[in-house]
Amino acid sequence: MRRARKTTLRLSGLAGIAVLGMVLAGCSGGGGSGDPKSQNLDGKGPITYVQGKDNSNVVRPLIAKWNKAHPDEKVTFKEQSDQADQQHDDLVQNFQAKNANYDVVDVDVVWTAEFAAKGWLQPLTGSLKIDTSKLFKPTVATATYNGTLYAAPQTSDGGLLYYRTDLVKTPPTSWDEMMKDCDIAKQAGIGCYAGQFAQYEGLTVNTAEAINTAGGTIVGKDGKSPTVDSADAKKGLQRLVDGFKNGDIPADAITYQEEQGRQAFEAGKLLFLRNWPYVYSLAKTDGSSVVKDKFAVAPLPGNGNGKPGASSLGGHNAAISVYSKHKQTAHDFIEFLQSEQTQKFFMTQGSLAPVLASLYDDSELNSKFGYLSTLKKSIESAVPRPVTPFYPAVTKAIQDNAYAALKGNKSVDTALKDMSDAIKAAGSGS
Amino acid sequence: MSTETATPLGTVARPPRSGLKKQQRGQARWAIWLILPTMALLAVVIGYPIVSAIVMSFQKDAGLDSSTGMFVQGGFAGFQNYAHWLLQQCASSGGTVACPPGSLGAQFWNAVGVTFFFTVVTVILETVFGLWMAIIMNRAFRGRGIVRAAILVPWAIPTAVTAKLWFFIFSAAGVANALIGQRILWVSGEWSSRWAIIIADTWKTTPFMALLILAGLQLIPDEVNEAAKVDGASTVQRFWRVTLPLVKPALMVAVLFRILDALRIYDLPAILTGGGGGSGNATTTLSILVVQQIRQGPNSASALSTITFIIIFLVAFIFVRFLGANVVRTQESQQKGTL
Repeated sequence: MRRARKTTLRLSGLAGIAVLGMVLAGCSGGGGSGDPKSQNLDGKGPITYVQGKDNSNVVRPLIAKWNKAHPDEKVTFKEQSDQADQQHDDLVQNFQAKNANYDVVDVDVVWTAEFAAKGWLQPLTGSLKIDTSKLFKPTVATATYNGTLYAAPQTSDGGLLYYRTDLVKTPPTSWDEMMKDCDIAKQAGIGCYAGQFAQYEGLTVNTAEAINTAGGTIVGKDGKSPTVDSADAKKGLQRLVDGFKNGDIPADAITYQEEQGRQAFEAGKLLFLRNWPYVYSLAKTDGSSVVKDKFAVAPLPGNGNGKPGASSLGGHNAAISVYSKHKQTAHDFIEFLQSEQTQKFFMTQGSLAPVLASLYDDSELNSKFGYLSTLKKSIESAVPRPVTPFYPAVTKAIQDNAYAALKGNKSVDTALKDMSDAIKAAGSGS
Repeated sequence: MSTETATPLGTVARPPRSGLKKQQRGQARWAIWLILPTMALLAVVIGYPIVSAIVMSFQKDAGLDSSTGMFVQGGFAGFQNYAHWLLQQCASSGGTVACPPGSLGAQFWNAVGVTFFFTVVTVILETVFGLWMAIIMNRAFRGRGIVRAAILVPWAIPTAVTAKLWFFIFSAAGVANALIGQRILWVSGEWSSRWAIIIADTWKTTPFMALLILAGLQLIPDEVNEAAKVDGASTVQRFWRVTLPLVKPALMVAVLFRILDALRIYDLPAILTGGGGGSGNATTTLSILVVQQIRQGPNSASALSTITFIIIFLVAFIFVRFLGANVVRTQESQQKGTL
């Protein structure tokens, strides 16, 4: 009797909690009125700029400069964490909450399509149009979804081939030439080539580069139908797989992210390294670097047709939130971010690669950053990673299957077939 | 959580139904008002998320409208999200196909297997080592305090720190390889990555087991053991026939806690191996899969977390029902001193 009553009470308690929960669940949601895309287009006033951690103190001086010139349209800086995933989730939550205080947001190139398709980014058309004619074409492509420009390229990044000048006189211009040079590495008793092959975003970057360089593509023009199951794509991935198989890419490299590759190169254990420009100044100045005066950079090795390899693109785009109340100010601020002065400041202060093509021929910058002319070639011939609203699923499909192929757990044919199927599944919903 | 709420409810509701005096009835009504704030709080922090997750799990994830290229709400999904995980059905143009490798859907059963493998192996290892440590700590000897403190150190270190610590130990040029004089790529091999997790988890959580078991051991009166000794029982016999049966209630509770904990393991593999290893998913547990899925589609992730919740619930239920680990009853009998 006693126990039975106890159970009833307990159950009714649980039921009460559940009912209250349901009531609360019903409260969420609710819509606004009208299409936010067509509202506040000429709004002027104070805005907020949202960006991940400002490690090299670039943003604050720029905003101070802007605020001085625009006392009625002051920009406030909202700094996010330095983790990309957290930045992404923070943006998603604020967009979902239709937060009007996230006026201008800094988005990674690979998130732009997702946010655009969710209807969170203001199309840069009509009175909000920006001039893209002076920018690198591939950087504009990362900000374009479905033929509409949704964000303004702000900074860029491209892959470089670091090589040892004491061992190799002229850098290889094609993959096959580089593999021939691997004999030199063998004689010197060091590894030949490494990139980023651990199972993370870097592997997508490296796989995409191999496939694009060989003439293949990953997705079609619509950004979601897979085109990766092709002979050219196979040639690209096969190169990496063969590299691991015959030891030209050392076995350790399967665990390399950017930093491990840089450390191995600085320790003199690698002849060639594919990495981003940030390695350049570190390898020149690090106390532990034994290659300080013994390396140089070249464009990524190509397909043997004289053209450099197709780098994947890093970098960020600046976008206007559709929920912003002051879109005209946001637009002017974005133009300010893209101005030659600002772009130059990005480079000198933060070593962030500009998106303005003309700056790469600037003699002052070139004398300060030895890799600049090479980086220009890299970005000019770059191919953006797939511009798709389903990027997380697509990059997962690429990583998982490329990784299995590199480890020899899967044939290249099967890996590309699975990759193609998984990208297709990613694009059709759940 | 549920045990904490059940106990106060039980105690206030104890008076028998018949013959309620006015005062008692007033007391009961008064009790409801006292409990209400707690109930409201629980509804907000537990009821709402659970109900909301279940509601979401029956909604389709947003899909693309092919004419505009914009996301549109998916609408009601029925059990489609559940079928997606349990039957490995992925949507494709025109119907469903088996989920291709490289999609999260294809990893469900692998993740279930990995999670249960970790649970079984770590709980067995932790129980054996925990019991052993508890027996040592239960002895009276000089420096016992230091030993107890030393054993507790791993438990006191935050899991994230533990994971990074072992990450360095297991790196290619790390201590583990230096000790065994080999060059194993621990976090990238299929089984080596799993064993790396198991070793780190056992190292971290054994003290917790030891502590719970020690509490049970200290309730065993010395006389029982001495009596058995007088009767001529050997050390081994005393362990199996006296100590173990008497410590069993405490042991079962400890094992139950650990199983529930291990089934939702996330932090250690997420930081130590990133869920990787083998051909990329050797240490992806159910919780890691849920977190990965959230970015791809929250409704489908809700279905997955509901499935995970049900799995853990079933395991706990079976354990309590058939192996007699009853947390509440043990506490009650401990209070009465009738253990």
